Amino acid sequence: MKDHNHILHNVDSDGIDRRGFLKCMAWAGTGVLWTVSGGVLISKTLAEIAKAGASLPAASDLSFLQISDSHIGFNKEANKDVAETLKIALDRINAMPVQPSFLIHTGDITQLSKPEEFDTFDEVLKSCRTKDVFYVPGEHDVLNDGGKLYRERYLKSVNAKGSGWYSFNKNGVHFIGLVNVLELQAGGLGQLGDEQLEWLEADVKGLGADTPMVVFAHIPLWTVYPQWGWGTSDSERALQFLKRFGSVTVLNGHIHQVLQKVDGNVTFHTAMSTAFPQPAPGTAPSPGPMKVPAEKLRSMLGLTSVQYKQGNSALAVVDSNLS
Amino acid sequence: MITFIRKNKKAVLLTVLIVLNFCLAAWGDDAATTATSGDQKNTIEIKDFMFSPQTLTVKAGDKIIWINHDDEPHTVVSVGKKFQKSSALDTDQVFTITAGAPGTYEYFCSVHPKMTGTIVVEQ
Repeated sequence: MKDHNHILHNVDSDGIDRRGFLKCMAWAGTGVLWTVSGGVLISKTLAEIAKAGASLPAASDLSFLQISDSHIGFNKEANKDVAETLKIALDRINAMPVQPSFLIHTGDITQLSKPEEFDTFDEVLKSCRTKDVFYVPGEHDVLNDGGKLYRERYLKSVNAKGSGWYSFNKNGVHFIGLVNVLELQAGGLGQLGDEQLEWLEADVKGLGADTPMVVFAHIPLWTVYPQWGWGTSDSERALQFLKRFGSVTVLNGHIHQVLQKVDGNVTFHTAMSTAFPQPAPGTAPSPGPMKVPAEKLRSMLGLTSVQYKQGNSALAVVDSNLS
Repeated sequence: MITFIRKNKKAVLLTVLIVLNFCLAAWGDDAATTATSGDQKNTIEIKDFMFSPQTLTVKAGDKIIWINHDDEPHTVVSVGKKFQKSSALDTDQVFTITAGAPGTYEYFCSVHPKMTGTIVVEQ
């Protein structure tokens, strides 16, 4: 690792300077590793790791994978075989030398919420060596029944409340799965709603400020691009309950591309889809599926690996594409 | 464009009308037998995540047709539930209703709530 990848001016004491942050942003989408070493944030691309013969972070206390936006049932020009690209993503997970503890799926399992689409997803998922999967719904999973079928299938192993939100603990990390795709209002963005926010406030109340927090939901919990509905109208209220914690990692899907933002102790991260890319904010007439040359498609699909080592203040988030 | 819609409409309507259930409280539901004689000017096209025209003025009893040209599913949902919502419309699928009582009806896509539109029904 060369010196220019180290923090030079850490004015906010948040482990990230402007230069380092911009470098990370520039690498987003090509695969980037974030890790904390001796309080210094270091980042390097997956290509650099490969060149140096280095491996991904060694033994960590907890590692998990995020996959998102499988859109099983989608069969248009952008990707006519989304089951196949999901399978390729799962093959990547199976090839990891150490299997992740579990997967998180951040929604849009299906394209049209059809039972046969959920069936196909479940069938493809059987090939994955990692068996524990935690879900939150995307708007495509709750199209005609308010999420009834989704909840029946995907919340069996959690103690879900309301329309399907829940929390759990793993290795000292507190995980919170939120639902922000239901009962959306005309003209509005994603929405959590009063009942879920009250639950969230109570859920985190007894936790120490040093508990690492991971919050996952489908639509970004920060305002990425409101013109396209890429944000959650009441996410600020949720973040108020979380701001006293030293390390908060927010994982979202929905926008089919990697974007990151760091705000105080909160790191926001969106994952690639396993189905098709979407345009960067404002670069197309609409956020519809992006058609790219076949040879380029897999470089725009991918998954996200997250590692946590006890004692470190932040989680390492690594994106890798399927090419 | 008009020719394209007319050609598509007949084929699409026949298949889609079977799938979609329109049962309107205040508004009349549609009948497959009269669907193909629907008023061309009362078609709302869904393209690039927009309803076009955004405001449509019709007479009570007129048929209104939405057709989705996007590769993304959309819905038609009445603000305040004043008429029956559509199912999720996949690419090229159609939703048809018959306008009921005069008034102004706001609607949106429940999948992408930034998408909004208005139907004005005149006597």
